[in-house]
Amino acid sequence: MLMKKGAEANLYLEDWYGLKVIKKVRVPKPYRLSQIDNEIRRSRTVHEAQIMSDAKRAGVPTPIIYLIDVKRTFIVMEYVQGQRVKEILNLLSSKDRKTLCRRIGMLIGQLHEEGIIHGDLTTSNMILGQNEKIFFIDFGLAEHSVEIEKRGVDIHLMKRALESTHYPHAKECFTSIIAGYTIKVTNKKAEEVVKRVREIIQRGRYSGT
Amino acid sequence: MIHQSIPEKPLICLGIESTAHTVGVALVSSKGEILTNVNAAYTAPIGQGIHPREAAQHHCEVIPTVLRRVIDNLDIGLDAVDCIAFSSGPGLGPVLRTGATFARALALWLEKPLVPIHHAIGHIEIACLMTGAEDPLVLLVSGGHTSIAAFGDWFWRIYGETEDITLGNLLDVFAREAGLSFPGGAVIENLAKKGKNYIDLPYVVKGNDVSYSGLLTAALKRLEEGHAIEDVCFSMQEIAFSMLTEATERALVHTERKEVLVTGGVAANERLKNMIVSISRDHGVEAYVVPKEYSGDNGAQIAWTGILAFQSGIRVDVDKSFVKPKWRLDQVRIPWR
Repeated sequence: MLMKKGAEANLYLEDWYGLKVIKKVRVPKPYRLSQIDNEIRRSRTVHEAQIMSDAKRAGVPTPIIYLIDVKRTFIVMEYVQGQRVKEILNLLSSKDRKTLCRRIGMLIGQLHEEGIIHGDLTTSNMILGQNEKIFFIDFGLAEHSVEIEKRGVDIHLMKRALESTHYPHAKECFTSIIAGYTIKVTNKKAEEVVKRVREIIQRGRYSGT
Repeated sequence: MIHQSIPEKPLICLGIESTAHTVGVALVSSKGEILTNVNAAYTAPIGQGIHPREAAQHHCEVIPTVLRRVIDNLDIGLDAVDCIAFSSGPGLGPVLRTGATFARALALWLEKPLVPIHHAIGHIEIACLMTGAEDPLVLLVSGGHTSIAAFGDWFWRIYGETEDITLGNLLDVFAREAGLSFPGGAVIENLAKKGKNYIDLPYVVKGNDVSYSGLLTAALKRLEEGHAIEDVCFSMQEIAFSMLTEATERALVHTERKEVLVTGGVAANERLKNMIVSISRDHGVEAYVVPKEYSGDNGAQIAWTGILAFQSGIRVDVDKSFVKPKWRLDQVRIPWR
């Protein structure tokens, strides 16, 4: 059953040997040249599966992977019951929102500490599951890197997702995320990354003075 | 009692565009009629880009002719105008100041209020007027902008954008370095149609963001290595547009908008248009593309947005009508949406 038509992939909710699973199929994109399309779908399928399990090893909850088919570009993974953070963030009390963001920040910090860049940090890609567990999903743009620049871009994407989708609370959320992030990566590193985020913003079109 | 409605006289705005290579003057009514739209463009010599001072000089020289043609096109006098709108930013400083000086002079001479307009908002509003899009996810692609935005609570919210150069920049700088004419979009599009072989080039998408500077360097390198310019143009377009289409599709799913609107100079490109139409169909949303005539910079985009702004009470005193070379789209409060 098609559960969600994503930007990159179709998500099917299926029964897999008695387990409730998500089959994430990276469907061909007719707008792209097949040479470009095939390579993107293949490499993202491989990367996503690899980095999802690396993230889990680093202590960041991600769905369990059951099967990868590189040729047909799909991944079968655990179905995580819960709500996307995007849907609930604006509805929470200020206190709960700050707590949630702080925990998100800690998880991002944990990823970065393990040399993992998520590559698409938005509240659409986080699920609040059972027992308040936060799952990170959509690792298609993820990569291994310890560069400050990559970490900065990651945090910058998160910041912009807050400013565009959760604008009434963007500042409060970002501050809490950075507070959580700092706990995991130490003051010095967090400062470096935040400084780089500012530089990335300044580099943007028509920013600065 | 019988109510007899007296037809209200529509407002007329004279808009002046002057942010980059185009200087334009247009008159638009509050009914959305374009009464006249006269534009003139500065063209750089082959191998060169826009020189801000020379573009300003060009605009200064052609403004009287442009204004004369505007007046000749009209059966009303300029005193029928209700306000003067001008592109107060963002853009090239000298060019902005030339347009602003002209706008101030007209406002003082005609004794009409002056309305400052953000150039990019102009691209969006003229596209909405022409296509009927109401609350779209906007893909703004031009020399100055490469942004994916949607409206929410008085502001355009940016969901994705370029992290370095714009799509228009990529095309223009490639054209300049390859010895093609400026602006480069149309020339590159034509060459790309003759390209057959795909050459591998870097594809950089970061969430809903794109980065084009690496692609520019790589494309120029391929050219230097002796690849046919048709093949390089073809491959560069394919990569650049695919990146942006992917980012747009991601923003579309995230924002759950029911319309996509492409506007700005690069919206004239057929290949990009087809890609956006393809993802829109796939997600069952309406795709709108600004008509070619209004894709590049033009006076009408400023005049029409001038109407909307003026009706919302936006105006500026001449002595405070500074230009803003740097002015982000997401910093403009929009009272009319």
